[in-house]
Amino acid sequence: MTLPKFDYIAAGSLEEASGLASQHAENAMLMAGGTDIIVLMKDRALTDVKTVIDLKKIPDLEKLEFVEGDGLHVGALTKLFAIQTSSVVKEKMPAVADAAHYVASAQVRRKGTMAGNICNASPSADTAPILISMGAVVKTYSKDGGREIPVGEFFTGVKKTVLEKEKGEIVTEIVIPELKSQEGSAYFKHSVRKAMDLAIIGVAAWIKMDGKKVADCRITMGGVGITPLRAFNAEKLLKGQEITEDLLEKAGVAASQECSPISDVRASAEYRADMVRVYTKRAVKKALETMKA
Amino acid sequence: MKRIISFKLNGEDVEEYVQDNITMLDFLRKQMHLTGTKKGCGEGECGACTILLDGAAVDSCLMLAVEADGHEIVTIEGVQQDGVLHPLQQEFIDKWALQCGFCTPGMIMSALSLLHENPHPTELEIRDAIAGNLCRCTGYAKIVEAIDSAAKILEKEAKA
Repeated sequence: MTLPKFDYIAAGSLEEASGLASQHAENAMLMAGGTDIIVLMKDRALTDVKTVIDLKKIPDLEKLEFVEGDGLHVGALTKLFAIQTSSVVKEKMPAVADAAHYVASAQVRRKGTMAGNICNASPSADTAPILISMGAVVKTYSKDGGREIPVGEFFTGVKKTVLEKEKGEIVTEIVIPELKSQEGSAYFKHSVRKAMDLAIIGVAAWIKMDGKKVADCRITMGGVGITPLRAFNAEKLLKGQEITEDLLEKAGVAASQECSPISDVRASAEYRADMVRVYTKRAVKKALETMKA
Repeated sequence: MKRIISFKLNGEDVEEYVQDNITMLDFLRKQMHLTGTKKGCGEGECGACTILLDGAAVDSCLMLAVEADGHEIVTIEGVQQDGVLHPLQQEFIDKWALQCGFCTPGMIMSALSLLHENPHPTELEIRDAIAGNLCRCTGYAKIVEAIDSAAKILEKEAKA
């Protein structure tokens, strides 16, 4: 398994990288950690790549900064391992550290990035559900200045995103809003092996309480559709209600009915749907338990 | 395309003429003849090709050789110092932490990275650090023991 022929360019600035990406459009591939694209190129799952544009020499893209009153700013080159091990992330938004930790192995996380994880747009990407549930936003750069895209609107299909290749659009940062008082979040991945395995399913929950009642919540399911999916019906059931075992079960059932899993080597569609039921309950419970006072 | 890259390899400055589309793993084995780094799956699943990039364990099969430009690479060949084995290497021998030996270089590089980041790992942390290194012989128990024992030896050495 060798790599196909391509030219490698280490861009020195966003402007240069974006210009190159737009010039080579369909034949260009942006690289951060490279842990996904190198495999895809070896497997010939990516066949049109003639130019690999490495972003690692671009300055200021590796930040991991928590801004009080705002949230966590994760640079496009910030490694998953840094997110997983950051004491600030573990304290302020532990579910994000958990999601980063769930990805592949330590070796992959020391090179792979969160931005790369979402740009690769695998339906079972481990960091996607929690980013969507927490209302994270992707910031991009392109020749017309760039934009801010909610992660919930970022994915359009398997390996497909809203990023505009012809404009040389590049993700520069992910901003995850901080958890305020009475807010909590959690992510669970269900897989056969604890490491190195793709998720059979994953469920992330974000919840905002108003006393005993649910003021707002967002539940996102991974690995059960062509993109990560919101469990809107389950959310509707929870909003305005007090959380009881019975209500959680109903929400779990609703989530299992609104996902659209496939059967494959990892699990059957029926099993996936049932695990969505179980993990929806667990994720909401854990979000409540870890809620900020 | 080909280009010249300069980087540190096992403590020495090197300049090499490198093809754009060759992985670090193939570059190390074929061009530098450093065959201690093993080629297993070539997809980042098995960890046999683990090396240190700026001190952190990464899969060399998921890295382009050109990415090393300006960085520091350490392979298993660079772990011993002046003919003396590193405590991790010695403990792998003394605790019988290998059978066929194919996964061993990768295991040691992952363990080195762990002990650098976290000198006093728990058993769970050790297991987490080597979760990306597959061993089909030992059942891992001896490997975990060897890493734990090396951590204690290094701690003693640091105090002395």
